[in-house]
Amino acid sequence: MSDLRELYQQLILDHNKNPRNFRVLDPADRFAEGYNPLCGDKVEVYLQLQGNRIKDIGFQGSGCAISKASASLMTETIKGKTLGETETHFKDFQAMLTDPSSNLDLDQMGKLFVFAGVRDYPTRIKCATLSWHALRAAINNVQTPITTER
Amino acid sequence: MNSPLDILTLQPPEAAVRPALPFDVRRVRADFPILGQQVQGQPLVYLDNGATAQKPRAVIDALSHYYTDQNANVHRGVHHLSQIATDVYEAARRKVATFINAASDREIIFVRGTTEGINLIAQTFGREQIGEGDEIIITEMEHHSNIVPWWMLCREKGAKLRVIPMNDRGELCMDTYQTLFSQHTKLVSIVHISNVLGTVNPVEEIVQIAHAHGVPVHIDGAQAVPHQRVDVRALGCEFYTFSGHKMFAPTGIGVLYGCETYLDTMPPYQGGGSMIQSVDFDNITYGNTPNKFEAGTPNIAGSIGLGAAIDYLNSIDFDGAAKYETNLLEYAHDALRDVPDLKLIGTAERKVGVLSFTLSDIHPHDVGTILDQAGVAVRAGHHCAQPIMKHYDIPAATRASLAFYNTREDIDALVSGLHSVRKIFG
Ligand SMILES: Cc1ncc(COP(=O)(O)O)c(C=O)c1O
Repeated sequence: MSDLRELYQQLILDHNKNPRNFRVLDPADRFAEGYNPLCGDKVEVYLQLQGNRIKDIGFQGSGCAISKASASLMTETIKGKTLGETETHFKDFQAMLTDPSSNLDLDQMGKLFVFAGVRDYPTRIKCATLSWHALRAAINNVQTPITTER
Repeated sequence: MNSPLDILTLQPPEAAVRPALPFDVRRVRADFPILGQQVQGQPLVYLDNGATAQKPRAVIDALSHYYTDQNANVHRGVHHLSQIATDVYEAARRKVATFINAASDREIIFVRGTTEGINLIAQTFGREQIGEGDEIIITEMEHHSNIVPWWMLCREKGAKLRVIPMNDRGELCMDTYQTLFSQHTKLVSIVHISNVLGTVNPVEEIVQIAHAHGVPVHIDGAQAVPHQRVDVRALGCEFYTFSGHKMFAPTGIGVLYGCETYLDTMPPYQGGGSMIQSVDFDNITYGNTPNKFEAGTPNIAGSIGLGAAIDYLNSIDFDGAAKYETNLLEYAHDALRDVPDLKLIGTAERKVGVLSFTLSDIHPHDVGTILDQAGVAVRAGHHCAQPIMKHYDIPAATRASLAFYNTREDIDALVSGLHSVRKIFG
């Protein structure tokens, strides 16, 4: 069961149990929903913007430990960042999970690096990326809920 | 068409039917090659039979034999192989008819699976017989495949769904059922055995009550045929659907049983080859039941695999297998009840080997992933039955579903995996 400790690291378990920024922002400048229809996971992302900076972020939803912790750590990571920096985080995170040849800057990844182990569990990658896709949809003002399936 | 000699030479070698020895799980396991496999370095513990069942060697060999020695299209060639393929295809239809005790093999329509069978009924019987203001009775515990086709039909026609509720054990409220009938009720469509709860519904009684109101009944038997003998004439239903792949046959083949008097008056389903008597641009006459409902080249290999699965079930003492499974279910219930914070979903008086549960507030995906690392395959999610999830106010559940080849060791591996889950989540 040692591999499982890679996947379910303490930080992930902690954010699952006590998700940060787990709240509705009212009013919110931007909002988006994401679904994984295969398993019924759901996430809502709320943003308050100041210029091109994310002033505040909140999320709601239900899902597995990976998806909840990922959303929670995402909100911690990008709060106060510019939209450009956020996009870089999104790309790095995506690459870490899906591209084995990716050259990751560990300092840049910060806490998000705890999700590196998810790469070894292909059925779970969508759990980790769902909230990031919802965030991106919120930034791009996508009105219809996004899903992990085409 | 055949001379006596043709019949002798054209008859395909039928799978030798073994005399049914008393059910023996060790011997039966050896018939399923995949069960010898290792997953994550551990022996495979396959507890996802409700999703699809594994295939015995006899089924795999029948497919291989068909493609190696018999392949041709059916009902259209005069040549040797075409006659063989037609014979084995129609022989499979007869096997299905005998297996579920249909009055005639004309009542057996080959479809892709339960889903297509239900859509066929909705698109033919449904579109013709159900109109504005009419009502269809279903239950709260349906698989999406017995909700969505009716919902779509209702949308199209301005008809309504009436839903038989269930109690918290996962049993239908039969008193309410009686009150749902009106002069507008046109069909009762219910699941025989729930894929989430394992509940065996009182289908005989449901049919009797519907008939007392003059209403025909469709039964979704997807989860019933792998677990027990089904006799459609004893049930008295007008329609019965099931999928081959859940009863140890290949994917892509399934059955719609319909009683002849209904099928004969129903319009065809899809149009195309094989379902017609004659075609010119001014006039088309349709073929007879069952061809009328089987447009195009059918899944010939699949039907042969289904026939082989039926032969197989007849060879292993299927009734003994069902008893064995009931025992195993009791063992599993007791074992799971000892896992702290585990809550069983579905505790009906009459149920088969389906064990859905939640484990404190740990999400089923996490449970499923951790069990997978121990070689234990279960299903995690809403199981295509979101109304059931809503009833219990949970987003998802973990489900272990049994087949007769599962053992007490499989259950022990499941329980030990669940203890690991609890340890990881502290
Ligand atoms: C009760 C029930 N009905 C219908 C279906 C649909 O079967 P298929 O996907 O083979 O068409 C299933 C499959 O999960 C089922 O369990």
